[in-house]
Amino acid sequence: METLWFGLVAILIAGYVILDGFDLGAGALHLFLAKTDDERTQILDSIGPFWDGNEVWLLAGGGTLYFAFPSLYASAFSGFYLPLMVVLWLLILRGIAIESRHMMHHVLWTPFWDVVFSGASALLAIFLGAALGNVVRGVPLDANGEFFLPFWTDFRVSPNPGILDWYTILVAVLALTTLLQHGALWIAYRTHEPIESRARAAARKLWFAVVTLTAFVTLASVIVRPALFQNFGVYMAGAVFPLLALVGLGAIYRAKTPLKGFFGSCAYIAGMLTSVVFSVYPSVLPAIGAPGLTIHNASAPLYGLQIGLVWWVPAFILACGYSAFLYRRFAGKVDRPAAT
Amino acid sequence: MDDALTLHRLHFAFTITYHYLFPQLTMGLALLILIIKTLALRTGNPFYEDAATFWIRIFGINFAMGVVTGIPMEFQFGTNWSRFSKAAGGVIGQTLAMEGMYSFFLESTFLGILLYGREKVGPRVHWIASLCVFLGSWLSGFFIIATDAWMQHPVGHRIGPNGEIILDSLATFLLNPWTFVQYAHNMAGSVVTASAAMCAVGAFYVLSQKHTDYGKFFLQIGVPAFALSALIAAFPTGDLQGKMVAQYQPVALAAMEGHFETKSGAGLNIIGQPDVERQRIDNPITLPRVLSFISYGRWNAEVKGLNEVPRDQWPDNIPLLYYSFHIMVGLGTIFIALGLVAFLFLRLKWLYTCKPVLWALLLCFPLPYVANTAGWMTAELGRQPWLIYGIMRTADGYSTRVSSGSTLFTLLGFMGLYTLLSMLFLFLVQRELANGPGKQEAH
Repeated sequence: METLWFGLVAILIAGYVILDGFDLGAGALHLFLAKTDDERTQILDSIGPFWDGNEVWLLAGGGTLYFAFPSLYASAFSGFYLPLMVVLWLLILRGIAIESRHMMHHVLWTPFWDVVFSGASALLAIFLGAALGNVVRGVPLDANGEFFLPFWTDFRVSPNPGILDWYTILVAVLALTTLLQHGALWIAYRTHEPIESRARAAARKLWFAVVTLTAFVTLASVIVRPALFQNFGVYMAGAVFPLLALVGLGAIYRAKTPLKGFFGSCAYIAGMLTSVVFSVYPSVLPAIGAPGLTIHNASAPLYGLQIGLVWWVPAFILACGYSAFLYRRFAGKVDRPAAT
Repeated sequence: MDDALTLHRLHFAFTITYHYLFPQLTMGLALLILIIKTLALRTGNPFYEDAATFWIRIFGINFAMGVVTGIPMEFQFGTNWSRFSKAAGGVIGQTLAMEGMYSFFLESTFLGILLYGREKVGPRVHWIASLCVFLGSWLSGFFIIATDAWMQHPVGHRIGPNGEIILDSLATFLLNPWTFVQYAHNMAGSVVTASAAMCAVGAFYVLSQKHTDYGKFFLQIGVPAFALSALIAAFPTGDLQGKMVAQYQPVALAAMEGHFETKSGAGLNIIGQPDVERQRIDNPITLPRVLSFISYGRWNAEVKGLNEVPRDQWPDNIPLLYYSFHIMVGLGTIFIALGLVAFLFLRLKWLYTCKPVLWALLLCFPLPYVANTAGWMTAELGRQPWLIYGIMRTADGYSTRVSSGSTLFTLLGFMGLYTLLSMLFLFLVQRELANGPGKQEAH
């Protein structure tokens, strides 16, 4: 039962990264891919109806994590206190930026919110990546299963680490690059020329960066956590997860249309995240060099998990239904802005 | 460590108080918009459509503020109250996760259609979108109240061998009697805020002779809703809430009332300042025997005073609790009086020319925000010193690993950011009001 909930939380988080990932990437890129205000509006319209719903996946993932693994929620959220608060501020700024931008037309108003939106989007991608890096590296849990990390200490992977060290920064750079590519492919799919060509060219360059960084991060992960690949020896079937990531990378490279490339990118992200989740299992928040919090010592009692399935599954199906409805209604290219 | 505890409490109190300025309008407004959209669908009259669109734009700004200030609330259970979350997450995590899974997906999907899809989807689907946004936001309110009600009056759980709190029956937890009374009272309060806002905008347009047709229409919808919701907030919901507090939290009731000594036929203090050190009310104006009657329905009932319980179980800020309660009740009484007068004038067709009543409606709109905030302060301060009533003290619930320095850092950060948000919000709403209903702003 704990493993099942572990999987469901992983699905919500992967869903969040894939969905909010493209609007984060597109948000960070829109300053650079668009040359005029109309082009910028096109890019923002391409994510306009979706970003709010995409962020709900984060809230739903957080809520589900809260009730299935309360000790993990308590420990991780208080331990990552400072970066999470910054994430909250960035989420606030980002939401306000995209919603305020179109409320008024003024030569200073619009560019101001564009810069806020772009900066907040890029920083969020970096923080999400650093968070993932922290989970792989492990955190200094005390006897109560609690910890507190400063932003940085000496940038080394040591028994006294910060949120940012050379390893987590490397993961953060990979995350940013990945989401930029993801966003570029989305922009290419939903906008008109000449933005489409620019986005495709950017995605192509970013692809090489992603491949290189993926190789480096994999190598670095083995150095930081030598036992990382143990699970793959025990359950061979787990190899499908990294394989999915590789297939995704290949699909992006060979894709004839931006939409196919975008799906390739989805597969790559899903493959990478599930690989991480699979390799730390049954830990949910590893200590440094030890299992730390696992699905067994961090989960809610059995009754809650069982009854939770009763209402959670229908809600999840409904949620997927709404998302499908929304994405179908807004499929294809955005409307061109009225001629100016 | 007291210092850290105080800062964690201030952190949550500040962010939740600010956050709830927005949902209290949007939940009530969702209902009023649904009513106007229903009129529009039935009659096909574009006047109603434009009136609805105007309020949907105001709704959209408030909703966005509610969303961005709401995300920190879910996070803070873990970041600032980790001991509480570790102990109680298996119980209240259920309702918080339900809120995300059932309400937020529903709201976020259909809000997009409501805000931007009027031309794209046709009138029927657009009406359904307004219905779904209404359902989503009222459902969201229910899950949050269910969570708070469990902290006020925990049911459906047992305490495990190591002191952990284990969910025993989801049904008992969700059907907590406290939930339904508090929910009804709270939603009535939300409709008071929204209808007062609608009345104020209507009165503003009628008095300034701009968009007069819309102004009159807003008064036609707003005034009856205001009068009715103000009545419901007091009776039966407020009355039931008071009796529930009397039954389950007698200490809180005594503190709310500044009632220091147990007494039969206890009087109700209308005005007066509690002096906790000397245990008395200074400058009191008291209605004899009324406290006994409203708490237990009998004029001679005995009402337990604070002297019955040890001091370490008293709410830790009795004067603030006392003032919060009295402000809420006092303002509620004013709303009923103003609502009934305005409703009478509306029926007699005197309202649109009666300047004093229009001015009163115009100036009244900030007061429901004060009343709703005071009501929540009454509930949450009255629960002290408990975080989960009778089970966990507030002092045992916060994140001990997060230092007071870090907490102050982020509290100041939120204060600064929310100041900027407030300015942006007022600016955007002012533009909508100046722009008025009817004509669309050229894009």
